[in-house]
Amino acid sequence: MTDLSNTAAEPAALEADDEAVVPAIIIQDLYKIFGPHPDRHIDAVKKGMTKSDLNRKHGHSLGLKAIDTELPAGSISVIMGLSGSGKSTLLRHINGLIAPTAGQVLIDGQDVAKMSETELRTFRRHKTAMVFQKFGLLPHRTVLENTLYGLDIQGISRKESEPVGRRWIERVGLKGYEDQYPTQLSGGMQQRVGLARALANDAPVLLMDEAFSALDPLIRVDMQSVLLELQQELRKTIVFITHDLDEALRLGDKIVVLRAGEISQQGTGQDIVLNPANDYIRAFVREVNRARVIQLRAITRPHKPDTSWPSLTLSGSITLEEAAKQLTSSDIREATVLSRQGRPRGVVDLMDVTRNMLRTE
Amino acid sequence: MASSCWGLPTLLCEAPELSSRSLREIRRTVDGGFRDLVREISPLIDAATAPLQRFLNGLEDAFANSPWIIVFLVLVTIAYAASRSWRITLGTVLALLAIGWVGLWQDTMVTLSMVTVCTIVAVIIGLPIGILAARSNRAEKLIMPILDVMQTLPSFVYLIPVVVIFGIGKVPGMIAVVIYATPPMIRLTNLGIRLVDKEVIEAADAFGSSERQKLWNVQLPLSLPTLMTGINQTIMMALSMVVVASMVGVGGLGKNVLQAINNQFFTMGFLNGFALVAIAIAFDRASQAFGQRLQKHTEVQHD
Ligand SMILES: Nc1ncnc2c1ncn2[C@@H]1O[C@H](COP(=O)(O)OP(=O)(O)OP(=O)(O)O)[C@@H](O)[C@H]1O
Ligand SMILES: [Mg+2]
Repeated sequence: MTDLSNTAAEPAALEADDEAVVPAIIIQDLYKIFGPHPDRHIDAVKKGMTKSDLNRKHGHSLGLKAIDTELPAGSISVIMGLSGSGKSTLLRHINGLIAPTAGQVLIDGQDVAKMSETELRTFRRHKTAMVFQKFGLLPHRTVLENTLYGLDIQGISRKESEPVGRRWIERVGLKGYEDQYPTQLSGGMQQRVGLARALANDAPVLLMDEAFSALDPLIRVDMQSVLLELQQELRKTIVFITHDLDEALRLGDKIVVLRAGEISQQGTGQDIVLNPANDYIRAFVREVNRARVIQLRAITRPHKPDTSWPSLTLSGSITLEEAAKQLTSSDIREATVLSRQGRPRGVVDLMDVTRNMLRTE
Repeated sequence: MASSCWGLPTLLCEAPELSSRSLREIRRTVDGGFRDLVREISPLIDAATAPLQRFLNGLEDAFANSPWIIVFLVLVTIAYAASRSWRITLGTVLALLAIGWVGLWQDTMVTLSMVTVCTIVAVIIGLPIGILAARSNRAEKLIMPILDVMQTLPSFVYLIPVVVIFGIGKVPGMIAVVIYATPPMIRLTNLGIRLVDKEVIEAADAFGSSERQKLWNVQLPLSLPTLMTGINQTIMMALSMVVVASMVGVGGLGKNVLQAINNQFFTMGFLNGFALVAIAIAFDRASQAFGQRLQKHTEVQHD
């Protein structure tokens, strides 16, 4: 029973069901101090000087501290935290708009912090695109001209770029508005232009700083759907900032929670909801609708080896809410849960599902 | 003299000053040195300013000696093209007709040609300096006090060295006007660029714009309304300064005003003043309306 080398054969253990993850952005031991002489204080900060001490004694502001994270390729990573926790600062390190005081930001093995001005410009033109909270559109350019901004900068002729721009405008649902000016559009529509502008660049990395925070709640959910739908097909490496947990859970394949410039917890949305690492995170996740966040995969029990699999099979990816619906609509108390590869992996019953939906601690 | 020293010793009562002999000495050395220097380089200066002088004369000729109806139509067309407003165009028509009616057409045209050149020169000098000031805080710290001096220094004070160096004529007049009219252009260029929405600038950076692309695609277009205010201010400054500049040999309305002051010609002074005010208002309204038209897309529209 204690043979750890062969867990797959253990009747009481579940086989692993993790996704293969390739990191696209690797951030190592990143520090950022704001102020006139960050270099003078970096050693003290590394030795553990607190943010408030640094501010009080030396008048410098600690933006980020000991950030270590890997953001997976082709999926959405969400950076979450309260106002002033350093989300924007971290995001701007990824395209070099802010240079770190210490540490590395590796994209495709290249350190952004070590790039020269010219390298950085080329890198931004081809590798990253960005969407802004207040849209950052050019008021004197039409929707089409705004969409083409990144391509104009690259020196691509309008003859070549215009069809690309028109295609993306159509993809974000703004067909017919090409010749309007941004001020003639609603906020949601303006952010669609922001999205089209970023996508027209065809960059593998997409950075979104509170891109939907300025929008009305309904429009916001709408835009989340637009993004998820596009991502289904585009598979870009998206880094999305929000201070809204619901948005983070809806969009994020991985969530990094920042607090006062440090990573408080990182993992999948479920990890964070099921196993909050500290009181800060616990306070965050208290109001979450667990039924809509937790996937069946997370509460799957091992199957007793000598019995047969229940006839109802459910995907591990559905939420508890969905599972409860399916279980109550059939007469069968227990269901087989499939792994990502579609093989039977374990079982759940209605009791498991309900208990996990209700548990608040 | 020291009528009320409140019993204080002289040193504390009267401001300490150089003896009149050493003061005279200093004055003589500086003035003499300056004069010698100017005498030496004046052929050089004359040669350098000759083309400018010819250009100014030619332009004045074109304004003042063309058939009035052509100049009139050109001016009215410009007023309409800039403002797209019939009221402002009609105002310009009436002002110009009134000016012609009271016999000041020629003088007004001389003044207009001077103001036009000075404004163009002031913008050509002011715009790049303003851009420089907006780009670097250090440049701004250096430039702003100089502008303060240029604007507060009574114009007569810097007319003296200008006249000593360049003599009497249109060139020194133009220099005096440009010194006075450039500061608002620099200030408002600097202000306009610095006030451009930070997020839009960041967007330009994030898409990999070079400094030049950022300037032409973002900073200048978005600060255009402020730049137009700068040009408007520059025109107003130039107009008010041509009166003073007429003292060093610029003709036109300013010269008449000066004569009127000297001889107490009340009506002549009034009419010339009226002509100056009329073209000032026309310029002002037309350029402001133009600025507002440029702003159309930058402000939020409510529908
Ligand atoms: N240029 C700067 N100079 C000094 N301090 C700065 C600078 N930029 C950011 N900071 C500080 O760094 C901290 C993190 O700021 P940041 O903008 O990254 O927060 P945020 O999480 O994006 O907040 P918000 O939700 O309000 O956008 C803040 O305390 C802020 O005061
Ligand atoms: Mg922010």
